[in-house]
Amino acid sequence: MGLTMVEKILARATGQKKVKAGQVVEPKVSLAMSHENAALVINQFLEVYKDTGLKPRVWDPDKIAIILDHRVPAESSKTATNQKKIREFVAAQKIKKFHDIRGDEGGICHQILPESGYVLPGTVVVGTDSHTTSHGALGAFSFGIGATEMASVWALGRVLNVEVPGTIKVVAKGRFPRHVLPKDFILYLIGLITAEGANFKVLEYHGPAIESMDTSGRLTVCNMSVEAGATSGIVPPDKETLRYLREEARVKGKIEIFGPDPDAEYERVVEIDVSKLEPMVACPHTVDNVKPVGQVGKVKVDQIVIGSCTNGRLDDLAVAARILKGKKVAKGVRMLVFPASFRIYQRALKLGYIADLVKAGAVIMNPGCGCCLGVHQGALGDGEVALSTTNRNFKGRMGNPKADVYLCSPAVAAASALTGYITDPRKGGK
Amino acid sequence: MARVVLKLGDDISTDIIYPGRFMATVLPTETPQYAFADFPEFNARLKSGQIPPGSVVVAGKNFGCGSSREQAASTLKGHELVIVARNFARIFLQNAINLGLRLVVCPEIEAEEGDELEILPDKIINRTSGKVFKVEPLPRARQAIIDAGGLIPYTRQRLLEKVAARKRA
Repeated sequence: MGLTMVEKILARATGQKKVKAGQVVEPKVSLAMSHENAALVINQFLEVYKDTGLKPRVWDPDKIAIILDHRVPAESSKTATNQKKIREFVAAQKIKKFHDIRGDEGGICHQILPESGYVLPGTVVVGTDSHTTSHGALGAFSFGIGATEMASVWALGRVLNVEVPGTIKVVAKGRFPRHVLPKDFILYLIGLITAEGANFKVLEYHGPAIESMDTSGRLTVCNMSVEAGATSGIVPPDKETLRYLREEARVKGKIEIFGPDPDAEYERVVEIDVSKLEPMVACPHTVDNVKPVGQVGKVKVDQIVIGSCTNGRLDDLAVAARILKGKKVAKGVRMLVFPASFRIYQRALKLGYIADLVKAGAVIMNPGCGCCLGVHQGALGDGEVALSTTNRNFKGRMGNPKADVYLCSPAVAAASALTGYITDPRKGGK
Repeated sequence: MARVVLKLGDDISTDIIYPGRFMATVLPTETPQYAFADFPEFNARLKSGQIPPGSVVVAGKNFGCGSSREQAASTLKGHELVIVARNFARIFLQNAINLGLRLVVCPEIEAEEGDELEILPDKIINRTSGKVFKVEPLPRARQAIIDAGGLIPYTRQRLLEKVAARKRA
């Protein structure tokens, strides 16, 4: 039997001809990403070196990326002090892939990594963030780990004791109908296989609907694969991957492209015909509580959020701008837009999307995680409802356990901003 | 014998265990104060020391789903709670093992708050209901880390071995 995408990547990262699901390996890491939680990683890293007589030195400063995005600009003195500690560590360890709070190079880690050309197909990427699954969109085996695990990677350059995951093959057939987006596909899949349906597994995406999807859509799909419990989502790299890496990420060096073996062994195959999908909504308080927008009922919305690592890219902002241009966000609705990076922000400015959104009544926030994780910039009041293009609707997620969060695509969010109720973009919008 | 002090359902996310608004607090010495902060009564009992170390939280499927925040493991470790669940989400499980938080995978567990459990390597005996439930082993890939007492000592050991090997070569 042949190898899955991730088995092939792990074989290469361990210098073996083949590895199989269930085997325990210690792969070499090509990129190790952290954000504000680098403050904890630093603490644990220094702890590893304690009483060893060794000078704490990261294994390879060029393979470490740190992006400040979770609480930017700092919402508290505590965060500001942690961010200061990170800057000092970055300087001392000569880490170059550091993105501070800046309008020229800042943004959300899961956008900065791909657009900066830090992620290459066939490599192993780890990040102290569960949505590190995103980078499977470029054909890397990319997964989230905890801060202590990252400290171990910083010291050794490998992830210790990894069990090679089994893979579920997802085949997406057909063409997306109008106003049905990659977000609707991934929400549908999570609803289908449940929030733990892919726990400890990899979701490997195939089929014409994936092949014709651009990298932005693939990032959305891989980003949310973790909401089905997946260790990682992965799209076998292809022409589109090469186009993105050369044209958008400006990668100059060698790029190796390989897919899984044709006779790879999968634990399960899931087929989805995207031409039959409708705009979907994940209802409170689990991401797998997914319904077609028409079955959600009449839900009044207080806050609309467009953006985040899931749906804050240029095409997402374009969808929203198209629906809102020349119109007004409904009275009593707050609409917050978080572009995924300042590069995207600048392009959206140039293309007029930002002006269209602001004139309609939206508030453009600085690129970052914002209210998605409930720390600052848009907490919800008691009994309030948010409709958001982000990736989690857990109780308390937007800072208030007495509020409700619904998840959807940018098209549903924008159409709903106009009416003040959760709205089908095929009917309510334009 | 260990008493069940909290019973929870399926899909308990790290946002419930350790709400995002406390994420600026990172150190394992400081995170325990926010454990289950959105269950104010339980949080108050934890903070006032009314819950003895070794007490059990029982949950359903997919405990610890969501964010990779290690605070969710360190906050529970700080109170030396034992988590018995039908299964655990991957990153949380790894974080817990890395920090030495005790997890027990028990796919059929049935227990109520106040029940007394006897947790053995291969089974849990609910001494209150009299029922016995099978325990599944933790991933074997992680055994070396458990044996070393957590990932920090294990990494330290591996680092020293690496340095020694380099010196020999």
